[in-house]
Amino acid sequence: MSEELNGTVGTNGASANGAAHAANGANGANGAGDQVTMRLWRGDATGGEFAEYVMPSQEGEVVLDVIHRVQATQAPDLACRWNCKAGKCGSCSAEINGRPALMCMTRMDTLPPGETVTVAPMRTFPILRDLVTDVSYNYEVAKRIPPFNPRAKTEDEVEAGGYRMQQIDVERSQEFRKCIECYLCQDVCHVIRDHEENKTAFAGPRFFARSAELEMHPLDVNDRRQLLQQEQGLGKCNITKCCTEVCPEHIKITDNAIIPLKERAVDAKYDPVAWLGRKILNRTKRTPAEAAANSPATGPAAVQPAVAVHGVPLAVEALPVPTNGSSPTGSGSNGSTAHGDGPLPTSDEAPAAEDAPAS
Amino acid sequence: MTDYETHDFDVIIVGAGGAGLRAAIEARARGLRTALVCKSLLGKAHTVMAEGGVAAALGNVYSEDNWKVHFRDTMRGGKMLNNWRMAQLHAQESPDRVRELEDWGALFDRTKTGLILQRDFGGHRYARLAHVGDRTGLELIRTLQQKAVADGIEVFMEVKVLRLLRDADGAVSGVVGYWRPSGEFVVFTAKAVVVATGGVGKSWMYTSNSWESTGDGHAMSLWAGADVIDMECVQFHPTGMVWPLSVRGILVTEGVRGDGGVLRNSEGTRFMFDYIPPMFAAETASTEEEGDKWYDDHTAGRRPPELLPRDEVARSINSEVKAGRGSPHGGVFLDIATRRSAEDIRRRLPSMYHQFKELAGVDITAEAMEVGPTCHYIMGGVRVDADSAATTVAGLFAAGEVAGGMHGANRLGGNSLSDLLVFGRRAGIGASEFASGRTGTVHVDEGEIEAAIEAAIAPFSLEGGENPYDIHHELQATMQSLVGIIRTGSELEEALEKLEKLEERATRVSVAGGRRYNPGWNLTTDLPSMLTVSKLTAQGALNRKESRGGHTRDDYPKPVAEMGEVNFVQRITAEADGEPGVGGTPSIRSISVTPEPILVMPDDLKALFEEAT
Repeated sequence: MSEELNGTVGTNGASANGAAHAANGANGANGAGDQVTMRLWRGDATGGEFAEYVMPSQEGEVVLDVIHRVQATQAPDLACRWNCKAGKCGSCSAEINGRPALMCMTRMDTLPPGETVTVAPMRTFPILRDLVTDVSYNYEVAKRIPPFNPRAKTEDEVEAGGYRMQQIDVERSQEFRKCIECYLCQDVCHVIRDHEENKTAFAGPRFFARSAELEMHPLDVNDRRQLLQQEQGLGKCNITKCCTEVCPEHIKITDNAIIPLKERAVDAKYDPVAWLGRKILNRTKRTPAEAAANSPATGPAAVQPAVAVHGVPLAVEALPVPTNGSSPTGSGSNGSTAHGDGPLPTSDEAPAAEDAPAS
Repeated sequence: MTDYETHDFDVIIVGAGGAGLRAAIEARARGLRTALVCKSLLGKAHTVMAEGGVAAALGNVYSEDNWKVHFRDTMRGGKMLNNWRMAQLHAQESPDRVRELEDWGALFDRTKTGLILQRDFGGHRYARLAHVGDRTGLELIRTLQQKAVADGIEVFMEVKVLRLLRDADGAVSGVVGYWRPSGEFVVFTAKAVVVATGGVGKSWMYTSNSWESTGDGHAMSLWAGADVIDMECVQFHPTGMVWPLSVRGILVTEGVRGDGGVLRNSEGTRFMFDYIPPMFAAETASTEEEGDKWYDDHTAGRRPPELLPRDEVARSINSEVKAGRGSPHGGVFLDIATRRSAEDIRRRLPSMYHQFKELAGVDITAEAMEVGPTCHYIMGGVRVDADSAATTVAGLFAAGEVAGGMHGANRLGGNSLSDLLVFGRRAGIGASEFASGRTGTVHVDEGEIEAAIEAAIAPFSLEGGENPYDIHHELQATMQSLVGIIRTGSELEEALEKLEKLEERATRVSVAGGRRYNPGWNLTTDLPSMLTVSKLTAQGALNRKESRGGHTRDDYPKPVAEMGEVNFVQRITAEADGEPGVGGTPSIRSISVTPEPILVMPDDLKALFEEAT
């Protein structure tokens, strides 16, 4: 599936001179000179439906370009969140033909030729309006991650003017710091996608990656493992790798963040001697004294910030989850994105990755 | 009248990019009740798109580097129009600001001895840019965002600020805006306000800027009585994508050239050797062989001309394309594939690799990129006191791209991220000190609030009016063709006429739907800012009858010494002709321009330029 998922934004080796269509002629229907039918969710938390817009195709466009043209010519109030249109800010997340993706990085000529393109808002978050969802859940979780807590500088480092870290040691965390917070991994994660009740006790893949980043950070001395198990629901993840599949930054969330965290958390839970040993032997992380000072009993839980992020109503209580009757992924004449038909997991039994339709 | 909610703080910061976040962290650290108000979600501001690095004379790669060299590079890059004091503070303080990011969790790439690695960039004498691959802006904003969250700073996301509010004495005392998700209005009162709203690129058609860059802070500050300077100085980054059309303008980092990439025309010539200006001739390689040696050892040769400051490179590319030696889609070729191994390219430029692969179908490890100039940055902005970031209006502070003076007529790559950190912090201090000294209750003018709200919702009651998207597109076409990289007097006059017509049309826009997350309506509230900054740039450009840095006049192709001694200062002339502009803001016709002398550099700093080769 990863090949195919990546393929939705890949280009079949086409070159810059417009050979995309020549090399892959069947895709011409979504290329220049023709029309494309966009089927876009219109509505809010109380309900809505898909509306169709027929637009002329233009060469080299991404889904977001077409949506902008719909706004400029047919539906000026069509709500769509975006910022950079370059795959760097992670604002324009949506479900394109049932698949979580960035609208700005999904080229039209990679979608099935001649077929209607369906764009729905992310299903895991409450709908604000049209394609825009209330992602405040993620900002609330972010506040509960104990912040970065560096070790003291050595004398040499004070003199050199900064910490010394080797490239190889920073690279593990750097992978997770590539995250653009598009929340597609949160959207696709079945633990919360179909179980609203889990949101209160589940941080989700984005924040497991954040915790992994801090756990593997050469300077951080907090121990986050008990918190991950007890409050952030690490154990609920059954490593179906859906998050990794949709990550536009190609971060290996499951293999490189979640699985190592699970291993560390298990160690901490069942074998305190091994845990202490790891602390002592971990060459860059901390001294035994520091490890003791930051043991789970006295460490991270005490550093909870009390932050208010305003903007949109709190996700869980304030807005009803759309029922199938009004959900963009649960209704509509074209079944291609209907609940259960797409490549997304719809229950605890996430489909195998190979179930995804080719694009 | 329409209802609104109110919040009171000591310091309100408008904008949550690098400068806004850094200002908020500083104000919060000083114990002030601080809030951030931003137009998008937290962490999405334009800072996130910065790629190549943050400039700071850490001396980790070349120990010869120090703040004096950085200062001198910055001033020369800015064609000496810079506020020297800002350039000095920036060069002196940026190393500490970068190291501080590391204390807050940032993970820069490392040298072999484990310190922060630095890369070469145009106009910087030594490898000076701390970086994380080619996603340095993301590292910077995420680090500051996580620090702000850890510090408990309140953030009001997706709030569009319409206007600054003043008390009876004219001191800025708050802002009025609306929640984009709900369309409900909101007023923040504060003892000090920092604008950190970024740039203006969305007035041009081809830009590297995100949709938020509509010049809100420039325009609101001007409307509130602040001086604005150097608005004709707009940087066109030499290397934006040119194909496909839908991605035209997206940035290609200067790091490609810093890491060995070269520019070629359709004949395969490294044409930059033909465009070395006298000011930089002594330090620029004269042959390809000499330039190539320099990459490995800066003492073995002089720097290649691909690493001249951005204004020089952008103009050269423009000339090559005009001369018919461009690439198939109207740019030139940027080649790193033949110069570095595929593995090196993917490691050092991962975002560029993916950007071209996914958006243009180009494998940059195997073939050349097509690139051309894209509207990237405005050097001009709100006039500030270098030390405190105070504007000319009491209670109002400005930091980051919205502030003018630091970069003169042209900004060096990497100096923007360091600018955000240095002056974001200083604005946080300046605003905190002002707020602490401001006694009594802060009052705002109810009439100003009501007028702003009524003007904002007026387009809902007009049927059959102008389409705001059409006006935006025409504005972009006007600025692109008439106030672009090369300007002439007659075209600038034409642009000014067109802008007045667009302003008149913009007073008659209609909006469909309701106020909840309505982009058409949101655009109508951005138009006044975009029209205002467009006027500022066109008017400044018409008055600066010379070519300097990012401002190039076809009819005045050379720098003029006397022009280098002045800033063009723009402000609202009270009641110019009585007619308001769009949304009740002052008409662009009421903007005046006056040449005023630049700050005079003290002799000890002047001496640095005489010492230099």
